[in-house]
Amino acid sequence: MTEINVSVNGRGHTRDVEPRTLLVHFLREALGLTGTHVGCDTSQCGACTVLLDGRGVKSCTVLAVQANGGEITTIEGLATDGVLHPLQAAFRETHGLQCGFCTPGMILSAVDLLARNPSPSEREIRHGLEGNLCRCTGYQNIVKAVQHAAHTMAGGASAVAGD
Amino acid sequence: MYPSSFDYHAAGSVQEALALLAQYGDDAKLLAGGHSLIPVMKLRFAAPAHLIDIGRIPALSAISDGGANVHVGATARHADVAASPIVRTRVPLLAEVTAHIGDPLIRNMGTIGGSIAHADPAADLPAAMLALGASLVLAGPSGTRTVAADDFFTDVFTTALQPGEMLTEVVVPVPGAGSGAAYEKLPDPASGYAIVGIAVQLQVRDGAIASVRVGMTGLGPMPMRLAGVESALAGTAASTAAIAAAAARAGDGLSFDDDVRGSAAYKLNIARVYVRRALVRAMAASAG
Ligand SMILES: Cc1cc2nc3c(=O)[nH]c(=O)nc-3n(C[C@H](O)[C@H](O)[C@H](O)COP(=O)(O)OP(=O)(O)OC[C@H]3O[C@@H](n4cnc5c(N)ncnc54)[C@H](O)[C@@H]3O)c2cc1C
Ligand code: FES
Ligand code: FES
Repeated sequence: MTEINVSVNGRGHTRDVEPRTLLVHFLREALGLTGTHVGCDTSQCGACTVLLDGRGVKSCTVLAVQANGGEITTIEGLATDGVLHPLQAAFRETHGLQCGFCTPGMILSAVDLLARNPSPSEREIRHGLEGNLCRCTGYQNIVKAVQHAAHTMAGGASAVAGD
Repeated sequence: MYPSSFDYHAAGSVQEALALLAQYGDDAKLLAGGHSLIPVMKLRFAAPAHLIDIGRIPALSAISDGGANVHVGATARHADVAASPIVRTRVPLLAEVTAHIGDPLIRNMGTIGGSIAHADPAADLPAAMLALGASLVLAGPSGTRTVAADDFFTDVFTTALQPGEMLTEVVVPVPGAGSGAAYEKLPDPASGYAIVGIAVQLQVRDGAIASVRVGMTGLGPMPMRLAGVESALAGTAASTAAIAAAAARAGDGLSFDDDVRGSAAYKLNIARVYVRRALVRAMAASAG
């Protein structure tokens, strides 16, 4: 066992893990944060995306020990005081999800994308989300959601205020 | 899917990593970004008893401008290499090729050294290393040595790295005035790896091609330079006709087989098409 110390959604955790524990299983099983999904388990689909030190990573392909000392954000950590993150609100508003399986990963990738590029073009959004697969939406409304959130986050009026 | 059990060692320095490699020998593997190693460990194609994490070694991921050369530390992440102002302005081909790797999430973890050491015959960076004439700094038990990219890739997933050695730095010569470069990649639609990737770095002087290096990935057992294309171009007037004649030689020295990725005839054709595209773009870029 190896001791790791991570901050997850702002809360510190010190745990002993087997070195082979994948970050996604650490989050889901040791911490009970099941919003991070396992889709392909082979680094392709992005359903397991979380932010590690602010960057989107596929947590099925990261060892928990590699995250030692790091700051992790999962989908559970995005809303503040019950208010959805602008990207969460935008996905709901623009029907950016159907079954929702890809959504946590998709949103965290989009958080990373908008942090680096606050007003991406449609092309930049599609490229920026290349690591996240969706089997339902056809991506059209996902792109709309990111555009919508970019607008909101830049200080534009939010169409989802009030609910 | 879990990898088999292993002991984890976080190396604090290159010296420490080398000492751990010496201690555990064949039972140990270096871990950089883990984005080639962890997938093969999950599939149980590899089951090292010890992982030596070099991803935490301070300064091993530094990118610096040394004037004649740009120095990129082995654990620099693809995303940082592609976004680095030094890389983008001084050795733009390296930035362009790196931005073609996988997807943004992969680029946030994968490292330049891991990709080069892994030497996947369909990986992008090896083609860039060959086209740029880069050198690779290898640290081992008896000191460091520098190996030219031309001598580094030796076979399928096989390099000049010896047991007990690690790659610490990539040294990329800065191209001179009148240089142009381009990378043209046909990605496999499922994996994203190159079916073919052609990296070109050339220099035009007084309307003639003063130097040209063409690195190819995807269509051979290992990344290689396309000598036929290079010799067809060297010293000729920079023209569309010269590009066409050179691209016709894209298959020189390669042998093509029919496989899941396509027929031999198809592969020869895409080799020619991607060489032509890369040359056209590199030549346009050389004009500024
Ligand atoms: C879904 C997916 C898509 C991908 N698509 C592409 C693509 O389109 N193009 C492409 O080129 N690559 C692609 N990759 C591979 C990616 O670029 C990897 O990051 C890279 O090949 C390995 O780098 P790493 O730092 O993750 O190395 P690791 O996985 O940590 O290590 C790989 C191997 O190299 C050894 N090693 C690592 N660092 C060193 C060192 N400094 N010295 C000596 N040995 C070392 C390790 O022991 C191991 O054997 C993809 C990967 C995934 C998971
Ligand atoms: S579950 Fe990690 S990429 Fe699909
Ligand atoms: S909403 Fe079902 S996979 Fe994306």
